Amino acid sequence: MLQKMYDWIDERLDITPIWRDIADHEVPEHVNPAHHFSAFVYCFGGLTFFVTVIQVLSGMFLTMYYVPDIVNAWESVKYLQTQVAHGQIVRGMHHWGASVVIVMIFLHTLRVFFQGAYKKPRELNWIVGVLLFFVMLGLGFTGYLLPWDNKAFFATQVGLEIAESVPFIGGDLKTLLAGDPEIVGAKTLARFFAIHVFFLPAALFALMGAHFIMIRRQGISGPL
Amino acid sequence: MADKKNQVSRRQFLNYTLTGVGGFMGAAMIAPMVGFAVDPLLKGEKDTDYVYVMDVNEITNEPQRKTFQVDQVDGWYESKVDRTAWVYKDENDEILALSPVCTHLGCTVDWNSNQDFPNEFYCPCHDGRYDKNGVNIPGTPPTEPLHSYDFQIQDGKLMLGKAKARKGA
Repeated sequence: MLQKMYDWIDERLDITPIWRDIADHEVPEHVNPAHHFSAFVYCFGGLTFFVTVIQVLSGMFLTMYYVPDIVNAWESVKYLQTQVAHGQIVRGMHHWGASVVIVMIFLHTLRVFFQGAYKKPRELNWIVGVLLFFVMLGLGFTGYLLPWDNKAFFATQVGLEIAESVPFIGGDLKTLLAGDPEIVGAKTLARFFAIHVFFLPAALFALMGAHFIMIRRQGISGPL
Repeated sequence: MADKKNQVSRRQFLNYTLTGVGGFMGAAMIAPMVGFAVDPLLKGEKDTDYVYVMDVNEITNEPQRKTFQVDQVDGWYESKVDRTAWVYKDENDEILALSPVCTHLGCTVDWNSNQDFPNEFYCPCHDGRYDKNGVNIPGTPPTEPLHSYDFQIQDGKLMLGKAKARKGA
């Protein structure tokens, strides 16, 4: 049945070469854990991507109930966690996944660093990777405020003061982030929500696209 | 390997197991999220409280417009919302409390408000009409009678619950 549907579409649109081009590539022996168990270190990049997918999906579903408003934010999080079916699991995935993704990025970075895989011709991909790391930290920072509990509020207070400590532009930077020179409040929450669900994910997807195109073009670095 | 009859080749076996395990993991990931999204369907109907509207001895044969407030829990937001009922006794002296929501497209009907149609419930949106019993008049847009509130009488006080479609009214 499925095969027939696929054939029907393929006969008209010739889609096989499109996905073949993406799917067909050799996995070199030195990155295959079945050959050398120590090759599991090559999994961290893929695991980062896997956890990112979980973050995107669980985040999409969370916005079905969450509202970025200082009166209702905390109540809506409480409601979705305690009253909605599987709410604790879905919020838990997003909460713990946020930490796991940072850990995975860090392990992936360590592997690339200690294997010297960032060297020519892969310097550009290293730079994109570092940008991805910053975007991910930004997602963590902005997402932390959204439940609008005490921990969120004071962590953001501290984060904003760190931004303020930047020479010359610190004050403006803080105002830009918080949406107000003094208050951490309604405008801050709305802003952080927008950054968390629209701006940073857009940057994340663009950078991930570049990251993957480059690795496919250049191949995985050779054995040590 | 594959030359023996009905034998699964190594490639097929790997395809099946990898698709199976992958599918299982994907499903385990997606299942809670889908449950999360369809939660409004799982919640079911809430019990309604009966709210005091008026004393029974004040009910007349002429429909009276009565507003009352009900507690509404909307997820994390709780509030009081206004409801309206047309309360009267019909020719058999039975109490009727009709919802003013037109059964055509949900506009609000009014009693005896159109000079051309006296003693009828009239909906201004599309000229929907109901007779005094709240039954839709054939040839006008509404397809069923006005809904009526469930009611209870406690110590001479009329208490209204939920408005429901009337059977055979």
